[in-house]
Amino acid sequence: MIRTQALTKIFTMKKAADITAVQDLTLSVAEGEVFGFLGPNGAGKTTTVRMLTSLIGPTSGSAWVNGYQVGVDDQEIRRSVGILTESPGMYERLSAHKNLTIYANLYDVEDVEGQVGKYLRILGLWSRRDDPAGSFSKGMRQKLAIARALLHEPKILFLDEPTSGLDPEAARLVRSFIEELRGQGRTIFICTHNLNEADRLCDRIGIFSSRLIEIDTPENLRQKLYGRKVVFHLRHLDTDWLKPIQALKGVIEVSPVEQKLVVSMDDPEQLNPQIIKLLVQAGADIQFVGELRHSLEDVYLQTIRESDDKEVPA
Amino acid sequence: MKHIKTIIGKEWAEVFKNRMVLFTMIFIPLIFTALPLVMLYFTGQGMDEMAAVTADVPAEFLAVCTAEMSGGECMQVFVVNQFLLMYMMMPVIIPVTIASYSIVGEKATHSLEPLLATPISTFELLAGKSLAAALPAIIVGWFSFGLFLLALPLINVSSIVIGYIAGPTWLLGILVAGPLMAIAAVNFAIFVSSRVNDPRVAEQISALLIVPILGLLFAQVAGLIVIDLLVMLSFIGGMVLVDIGMIYLGVSIFQREKILTRWK
Repeated sequence: MIRTQALTKIFTMKKAADITAVQDLTLSVAEGEVFGFLGPNGAGKTTTVRMLTSLIGPTSGSAWVNGYQVGVDDQEIRRSVGILTESPGMYERLSAHKNLTIYANLYDVEDVEGQVGKYLRILGLWSRRDDPAGSFSKGMRQKLAIARALLHEPKILFLDEPTSGLDPEAARLVRSFIEELRGQGRTIFICTHNLNEADRLCDRIGIFSSRLIEIDTPENLRQKLYGRKVVFHLRHLDTDWLKPIQALKGVIEVSPVEQKLVVSMDDPEQLNPQIIKLLVQAGADIQFVGELRHSLEDVYLQTIRESDDKEVPA
Repeated sequence: MKHIKTIIGKEWAEVFKNRMVLFTMIFIPLIFTALPLVMLYFTGQGMDEMAAVTADVPAEFLAVCTAEMSGGECMQVFVVNQFLLMYMMMPVIIPVTIASYSIVGEKATHSLEPLLATPISTFELLAGKSLAAALPAIIVGWFSFGLFLLALPLINVSSIVIGYIAGPTWLLGILVAGPLMAIAAVNFAIFVSSRVNDPRVAEQISALLIVPILGLLFAQVAGLIVIDLLVMLSFIGGMVLVDIGMIYLGVSIFQREKILTRWK
């Protein structure tokens, strides 16, 4: 659905050094996939989205969106994708209905009234359809912008910071709507700073800072960085119990933390029963066992930090 | 064509909700219609004195007068002829505010990016924006000229003077030259609008358009040129070339990427 090959964008500046916004980006996003594009401010996420939606052209490299090549089939790309821009401006003086009607016509939607009505209802804006968009709250404007991106039923949707600046309730509404869209089999490319949101919504994540640093499922990213860790909460801890556990095949590291044992391992499903058996045989009272999950935020920050460290000259 | 119509409809829906724009569109044509009527009315009150003045006016000023005109009528024609340029200016003044805001305004309100993300072509976008700004001004100009013509007999203007005003020079000026000037002005304003980052700057630069037209007006008042049929036809020919150049320049210079990503 989306494929890029060494996609690069350099902005030439007249009075300053050139800016490489995107460097050698190679990735592919499959049909129906929700792909999260994470990176710090100024990382080049919006530039990437603009290139993939044929708003701007790449300096070098190539990209295909829905089978169309960026820079060659730009009209077809614009016709087949929907975009929620980072700052989704509306025609403030015009009603929500009029705003959507304009875009439905520009996207050559056949049943303009039907589609406009459908998305106004789905996004809960029907009762406010005749109100000027300028009178809407930020959450309502964001919903209106999402409706605008969907009017022509695009197979691919680009969402640039879809919940940025929204209150928790509005953000939840938008998130659950994205989940619904995912259920419809659309390919969704999300740029976000909200790591919990990315964790919840995305099948795969690309961590990006001018270049792609990591790309994988959230789970695999965690595993790559931290491995899998299981915490055994005990009534009391005897350090003698550590050795036999350490000796088990597949256990990477065992560390005591207060009255807990934190065990890094490859395959907890296989090893947990063996560890529990060893602990019980040794006389340990196990209160409960749980997997230690690092948040995506930890993964993201660690990845970005490591990437920055690599770039610091020795 | 559908995209152009949509852009025109969108621009009008937005613009006509702005009371200041509506005020400009009504007030300027009213002034421009009332002024020559007032002048004709008062000059008509003293035709004998006017005829006497004619004798002192240099011959080149009265080149537009015909043998059948009396001295007073000749002076009236000379006076009213100064307003032909004002009528031609109307379709330039009115749409400049709308056109100069058209691109930079959308950029300022962040509605340009979603608009450019639609499958609209650059030609369709610019054509829609240009027509949306130029058409109302042209129609208002024609309408006020129609009103002016209808009012002439009411203030006892002679049929010879009315015949001159409804003649080829004025009709070409109002019906052809005015719209051509409007197209050039609107394209210039849109060109400026797509090159700046601030709507106010766009409006100020676009307002400079009025300078060459004022120059023409002063040249006529000073007797340097007299707008007769030949001058009007030459002017129209020149404006056609200017319009073609402006449209070509507008489309070829309009760069989506620069407009979206240009830093201040």
